[in-house]
Amino acid sequence: MSDTTTDRGSDTFGFIRRNIRQYGILFALVVIMAFFQVVTGGILFRPVNLTNLFLQNSHIVIMAVGMLLIIVAGHIDLSVGSIAAFVGALAAIMIVKMGLPVPLVVVLGLAAGALIGAIQGYWIAYWKIPSFIVTLAGMLVFRGLTMWALQGQSIGPFPKEFQMIASGFIPDFFGPDKPNTLSLVLGWGAALVILWLQIRNRKREEAVGIADEPFAFFVGKNALIFVALAAMTWALANFRGLPNVFIIMALLVALYAFISERTTLGRRIYAIGGNEKAAKLSGINVERITFLTFVNMGMLAALAGMVVSARLNSATPKAGVGFELDVIAAVFIGGASMSGGVGTVVGAIIGAFIMGVMNNGMSILGIGIDYQQVIKGLVLMAAVIFDVSNKRKS
Amino acid sequence: MVAMDAILEMRGITKEFPGVKALDNVNLVVRPGEIRALCGENGAGKSTLMKVLSGVYPHGSYDGEILYKGKPMAFKKIADSEHEGIVIIHQELALVPHMSIAENIFLGNEIAKNGVIDRHETNRRTAELLAKVGLRESPETKVGELGMGKQQLIEIAKALSKKVELLILDEPTSSLNEHDSAALLRLLASFREQGMTAIMISHKLNEISEICDSITVLRDGATVSHHSGMVPESQIIKDMVGRSMDDRYPPREPKIGETIMQVRNWTVAEEGGDGRLLVNNANFDLKQGEVLGIAGLMGAGRTELAMSLFGRSVGIFKNGTATIHGKEVDLSTVSKAIKAGLAYVTEDRKSLGLVLDDSIRRNIPLANLPGVARNGIIDRHKEGKVAQDYRKAINIRAPSIDQATVNLSGGNQQKVVLSKWLFSEPEILILDEPTRGIDVGAKYEIYTIIRDLAAAGKSIIVISSEMPELLGITDRVIVMNEGRLVGEMPTSEATQERIMSVIIKSGHDLTEEDITPEEIEAETAHV
Repeated sequence: MSDTTTDRGSDTFGFIRRNIRQYGILFALVVIMAFFQVVTGGILFRPVNLTNLFLQNSHIVIMAVGMLLIIVAGHIDLSVGSIAAFVGALAAIMIVKMGLPVPLVVVLGLAAGALIGAIQGYWIAYWKIPSFIVTLAGMLVFRGLTMWALQGQSIGPFPKEFQMIASGFIPDFFGPDKPNTLSLVLGWGAALVILWLQIRNRKREEAVGIADEPFAFFVGKNALIFVALAAMTWALANFRGLPNVFIIMALLVALYAFISERTTLGRRIYAIGGNEKAAKLSGINVERITFLTFVNMGMLAALAGMVVSARLNSATPKAGVGFELDVIAAVFIGGASMSGGVGTVVGAIIGAFIMGVMNNGMSILGIGIDYQQVIKGLVLMAAVIFDVSNKRKS
Repeated sequence: MVAMDAILEMRGITKEFPGVKALDNVNLVVRPGEIRALCGENGAGKSTLMKVLSGVYPHGSYDGEILYKGKPMAFKKIADSEHEGIVIIHQELALVPHMSIAENIFLGNEIAKNGVIDRHETNRRTAELLAKVGLRESPETKVGELGMGKQQLIEIAKALSKKVELLILDEPTSSLNEHDSAALLRLLASFREQGMTAIMISHKLNEISEICDSITVLRDGATVSHHSGMVPESQIIKDMVGRSMDDRYPPREPKIGETIMQVRNWTVAEEGGDGRLLVNNANFDLKQGEVLGIAGLMGAGRTELAMSLFGRSVGIFKNGTATIHGKEVDLSTVSKAIKAGLAYVTEDRKSLGLVLDDSIRRNIPLANLPGVARNGIIDRHKEGKVAQDYRKAINIRAPSIDQATVNLSGGNQQKVVLSKWLFSEPEILILDEPTRGIDVGAKYEIYTIIRDLAAAGKSIIVISSEMPELLGITDRVIVMNEGRLVGEMPTSEATQERIMSVIIKSGHDLTEEDITPEEIEAETAHV
């Protein structure tokens, strides 16, 4: 099978070796899901649990897309948990104490996050202060400001309208009966669109003669994704429909995957992380793009903060503690490199779900938080060791 | 000085790197108490030879033998050679700027008891050493606060702290001004009085004739000549460059048009340090379809001139103007320079030219992403086509355009970098050491690309340390030394000897006797 190497990559073995990271991570997620589905006696994929899985991990996914760009650009952001908590607190004060309308608060909250990101990004991009230090400072500062703003107490409850962000489900215009028809239309529609895009792209690649993936792989991968999406939609539609936050997540993932892979902006971020000097000598405005990745991260952390406080129905001083570590772990499990230039949005999302499924599955099994931490730590380490040994071989 | 026995004898030293024979059966005999000059062009093997001697390249990684004080030596690491009293001072100083003079001198060799450093003894010994090298500074001064000349003296003090008997200096005065150079040379002479032996790598023939007792010339990794005592400079130059010229360059018929770019009074200072001028008042013109060569030794300011023109990417811009098509252009950032029609292919393609982990396909459009995008969205099929087209057009040998550039050979990497800059559609292409580290076949291909670009009306500046290359592919050569343009000549009238003598004579004090026609020319070109 692997006796000839041609431009047209019909060499299956070689293809797997070249793309082992991308397939490996997807494969790992499938294996982990199958494992917990079996050991929990089928609880994992129950519609109610599946819904919970999305609700509980939405904030991680939202922040992971921003963190991916930061890490690809060769930086890190440790302040996201504190920013999330701070913006959640601001939102609570504005809604509960000041009675401002929810849409306005959401906009102001996002703006506050962007501003915080801009302040940190300014020092990192234009003053070349290491992001680790700037965001470590930010982590402390905004945690402190959160406590100060909340006076050490929780603020809540929120009006229904705000809670809906995190715990609402999309309405069904086709009537209240199950399954939720709009959810089915959206979920299956998205699955079909993804399939169509993949086929169209494959055809174009074949036309130009740069299709690299073996045909069997192409079929298998897309069949798996299509079936998984369709089945998941069916399960969710038979419960309460697609959660609002699921729609937010899906849109963000699609948008950021597109930006990172298909736009000049995305390409520049990768180039900066891959070789900053070469990027600079190619006329790329390294400072401005680095700055913008932090503005973006601040905004996404703010969104995550509002989602979390809406889900918990209160803003608390301890909200978001340790979020940054979960988010960073998700990005690294997803194949990003600490030195920058490498990683994908989809990988980071899969990384987030690997962590999420493990949390969820182990909780169902009643495994203590102590073991959970140990196991998650080992999984992170294993993913990175896999990367490093892979790189060494090639 | 008159002792007959050799303190050092290197016999039949051969050192190979993958694909290159850096040293080929080199012999070197040094007598005790002499200062030996080691001369040669860039890449002749001088530094490699000294690295073999000092154990940077361990015993076993080269062939041949080293006899020191009559005994065979097998140094596995630098510490071994230092233990015997052989100390090397590299061209790039190895000092830690944030640490004090005393800490630097005893770095890795601290005066300590049970791991606790004795600060008083360290400072006392440092003060003694500083007195020996004639430096009046407190041992606790931070090295970063001192100028290059003083830092060089600290390196020597550090060598003295190791009981040095054979001191090796790699271009010790290359980054020093005249005053500091003179002081350093006087210091070396006084050490010789006290019986120390030294080997000095240098390009500056005036310094060599001032202080050295004998001269060994290396060329292409082999010993070409050995002179004791004074020899005419012309002889040394001939030894250094005298290599045969074959048909290593594609034939071309230059079609040179109007002047396209004029650079006036371009001046750039070094960042930090004492603000030495990297480029000092450079003036030159470039014509359409012309291949202009810039000759000079390492550190002459050629790369700095190019990088400064290309978006002020190096040093601190002092002043100067550039006009293209008669209009003054703003070259203050890289993207403005690209817009003005410039492209710069760096001498260091790995760390400055490529995103190594990325594929050929992703590297080529990097300087002109809008060229493969619409409304900020990359058209992947166009991107693939562009990469395929360049791969075919300039023959990038790789299994596919998705090959990571880190896995390509030097020549093919260089072609990817060239493709990147050709895709930015420049009018003026600056190539910095375009054939460094690539094999002969790929070199010819690069030369052919340069020729074709010039024929297509592009203007090309080639910076090269390989003089035969400059003579083989350019129409005109300008010569730089110590940041200044010191000579200019049509390639048809240029020879390696002539270029080398322009460089060397420009290093002399201008009031010195026997001013030759070349020198006069250098002077007028400068003014």
